[in-house]
Amino acid sequence: MDLTLYVWRQKGPDDQGRLEEYQVKAITPDMSFLEMLDVVNEGLIRAGKEPIAFDHDCREGICGTCSQVINGMPHGPREKTAVCQLHMRSFRDGDTIYIEPWRARAFPVIKDLIVDRSALDRIMQSGGYVSVHTGGVPDANAVLISKADADTAMDAAECIGCGACVAACPNGSAMLFTAAKVAHLAALPQGRTEAARRVCLMTEAMLKQGFGSCSNHYECQAVCPKGISATFIAKLNREFIKAQMPGQ
Amino acid sequence: MILDGKCPSGPLAEKWSKHCQEMKLVNPANKRKYRVIVVGTGLAGASAAATLGELGYNVEAFCYQDSARRAHSIAAQGGINAAKNYPNDGDSIFRLFHDTIKGGDFRSREANVYRLAMVSNHIIDQCAAQGVPFARDYAGYLDNRSFGGAQVSRTFYARGQTGQQLLLGAYSALSRQVAAGSVRLHPRTEMLDLVVVNNEAKGITVRDMVTGKISCYAADAVCLCTGGYTNVFYLSTNAMGSNVTATYRAYKKGAYFANPCYTQIHPTCIPVTGDHQSKLTLMSESLRNDGRVWVPKIRGDRRPSHDIPEEERDYYLERKYPSFGNLAPRDISSRAAKEVCDEGHGVGTGGRGVYLDFGDAIRRLGEDKIRERYGNLFDMYEKITDENAYQQPMRIYPAPHYSMGGLWVDYNLQSSIPGLFVLGEANFSDHGANRLGASALMQGLADGYFIIPYTIGSYLAQTKPGAVSTGNPEFIASVEGCEASIRRLLSINGRKTVNEFHRELGHIMWEHVGMARSSDSLAEALRRIPELRTEFWENVKIPGGEADLNQELEKAGRVADFLEFGELLAKDALLRNESCGGHFRVEHQMPDGEARRDDEKFCHVGAWEFKGSGREPELHKEQLVFENVHLAVRSYK
Ligand SMILES: Cc1cc2nc3c(=O)[nH]c(=O)nc-3n(C[C@H](O)[C@H](O)[C@H](O)COP(=O)(O)OP(=O)(O)OC[C@H]3O[C@@H](n4cnc5c(N)ncnc54)[C@H](O)[C@@H]3O)c2cc1C
Ligand code: SF4
Ligand code: FES
Repeated sequence: MDLTLYVWRQKGPDDQGRLEEYQVKAITPDMSFLEMLDVVNEGLIRAGKEPIAFDHDCREGICGTCSQVINGMPHGPREKTAVCQLHMRSFRDGDTIYIEPWRARAFPVIKDLIVDRSALDRIMQSGGYVSVHTGGVPDANAVLISKADADTAMDAAECIGCGACVAACPNGSAMLFTAAKVAHLAALPQGRTEAARRVCLMTEAMLKQGFGSCSNHYECQAVCPKGISATFIAKLNREFIKAQMPGQ
Repeated sequence: MILDGKCPSGPLAEKWSKHCQEMKLVNPANKRKYRVIVVGTGLAGASAAATLGELGYNVEAFCYQDSARRAHSIAAQGGINAAKNYPNDGDSIFRLFHDTIKGGDFRSREANVYRLAMVSNHIIDQCAAQGVPFARDYAGYLDNRSFGGAQVSRTFYARGQTGQQLLLGAYSALSRQVAAGSVRLHPRTEMLDLVVVNNEAKGITVRDMVTGKISCYAADAVCLCTGGYTNVFYLSTNAMGSNVTATYRAYKKGAYFANPCYTQIHPTCIPVTGDHQSKLTLMSESLRNDGRVWVPKIRGDRRPSHDIPEEERDYYLERKYPSFGNLAPRDISSRAAKEVCDEGHGVGTGGRGVYLDFGDAIRRLGEDKIRERYGNLFDMYEKITDENAYQQPMRIYPAPHYSMGGLWVDYNLQSSIPGLFVLGEANFSDHGANRLGASALMQGLADGYFIIPYTIGSYLAQTKPGAVSTGNPEFIASVEGCEASIRRLLSINGRKTVNEFHRELGHIMWEHVGMARSSDSLAEALRRIPELRTEFWENVKIPGGEADLNQELEKAGRVADFLEFGELLAKDALLRNESCGGHFRVEHQMPDGEARRDDEKFCHVGAWEFKGSGREPELHKEQLVFENVHLAVRSYK
């Protein structure tokens, strides 16, 4: 298939950036979207031009590195699918495709489609852990966890930290990302002890890192490649209210 | 030279505890004076950096991704082994040890593997305490599944994302230490060189991948936890950025490279579809618990799978290995798949595929149970192939996956350069010539949480903290060397892209140094790799500049190293004139096609010493001594 691409090119943080047009030919439906970009890049390099810089690593939807807005949708048109898992069979011959970076106040563009997401790491550093040292812990079967709780924890823990939820949110909020971690740990006895402290610290860090607050648009859930549910945001809110109660 | 693995004496089960008592300790008040560099934030690196930080050391942690959480350990699917014997099915530390030694085709060190089996149980406890959401049964206890090469259920898992959950556990411990100020993270930073001062590892030189700046860091010890090198085959299940650069450049600074020819080709990956292919995706081996592997009995049978009646299907693993069946170890299953495809029974485009069929399991357990166990893998399969594996069998084919070889380390995980420690997949230590499923996660975390904190302490206790600084001439020379080599790469301005060279190298490696190796094929590889390397240095084209984010330049540096390393791998494969585990020399097989070891000549580790560019490396041997297991012919029949 033949395609017309408009790709965001930006030399660096201080460059204004613009969309550039590329004509792409002979793309096959079984290519992945990133393999299509590889073909474009090989062509650019041969023509003596700079290839399009984009983030990617595992190319199997788990590391959370890939990050592109395709035709206005973070991670593109397919539900629960990261860019790297998107295949060209989702497009048609003659399509025009717009490719842009994540856009959010907390994610400055580094170059072309690459942004700086270290703010997400800083939210994690504020409290996204159980404060346990290596060694001296009880036998793993000494603490029973109901299957339902373990499953809920796992549903939340599947977040790959890609930041698509932020890019999709009109407020640039990292609420879904933060809520996923809060809910994962709050569902488990190991994480309960620090639950109140954690939810306060992580929410505060989120705002401090330049993310907006949540006003229930649910765009985040729609684009999340792991299908993290927005009900975890409600869970975060409950944990937050609980943490404000006397005695906490 | 005969290498000494420094295994403690005494009975197998007591070696580690005895060694722990004998090791030197660093005074708690002095720990913060020691600086430790940890390169890599996968299971090995993150667990090591977090634990060393907790102990009070000053840790600098590096990774090439934009976040520590994205190391390729994140992609591990199936599970992690431990000898808990929760299912009461006859497991024990000794059995896990024995299975691992046998699985490795008797080419690993007894003492290391026994220690690994011992600490495996602590790993599960530690991870559960961190909040890793392992699978549970309805009573709330941990669930187990079986994996290849074992007849007990000892694999712990978190859906099909075990690596992700374990890594996020380690990453959260790491994040806690970052907040505590004991660990400093350096993401998007690539290690380009090891700095050795007075014969000891004292720092690294790195490139900031955003600004292009080359700089160096000094420390009292360096840990390399940089993962495996199977991207030397171009197509593999590794991440796009996985590389040999860190370990290979340490090799060039004097660290011995052990058993580079031991590479694992994983039997269950999604087959290649065309030339555009950039990587291969693994379908976890755990699928073989419920999936049955088969091919049509009739050669070239092009009927859709559901039109092929039961009696015209060859369940070749069940036929050849009745006691292990579909759970035969990886090397054996991969070779069996290649054989049936070579004979013309393969399915799918190009006939390079076999079926992995869940029909029976779905009839027996119901689709929901299968979805619960492997849902994410079936989804992943569907995304890539556009096929629904609940309704038709998966098509799979072997792909390069794991490197058992790596930098040589002694029992303390210390390389041949004092002060340089190597952990996780980057070292050669525990898996011999073939790794069993669910044992790499175990090894990475064992190394990082439970071994290095002891052994590095013993080394540091004997050194003066802060003995060198980046002002030392060795550091300045290292930075200049890296800058010069980057400028040289950029000045070539040839006509072929880095990917073209990588693809060609991969083709040579896969065809001639892949699943079946012969002295002829290896000689061919040894002729063609240097030619390709020469062409690379004359004709590669790298756009852009050095002082910028330049992904082609990053790749070029890695491919340049693969072009040298591939030759070392082939050389090692040629010299190891026997078949063992993943290293299969067609000249050495049993009448039934199984690998034939030569214990008389090759019961050793082969560790290579770099002798200078253009000069032959020198081979050193470490004899493997088996006191507790009997060197038997490995049989899974
Ligand atoms: C798809 C897949 C599935 C797997 N499934 C399983 C499984 O179910 N069970 C099991 O036991 N094992 C499994 N394995 C194997 C296992 O995941 C790996 O062997 C293990 O995770 C490696 O961990 P590591 O910490 O050694 O390296 P990695 O996790 O690969 O980490 C390497 C680190 O080093 C850094 N790095 C590398 N080079 C440089 C450099 N030059 N400069 C700076 N930093 C650098 C990277 O940024 C990264 O942080 C699987 C492997 C794959 C690929
Ligand atoms: S919640 Fe979903 S979209 Fe947001 S970071 Fe996690 S995986 Fe990505
Ligand atoms: S590249 Fe890893 S999730 Fe897309």
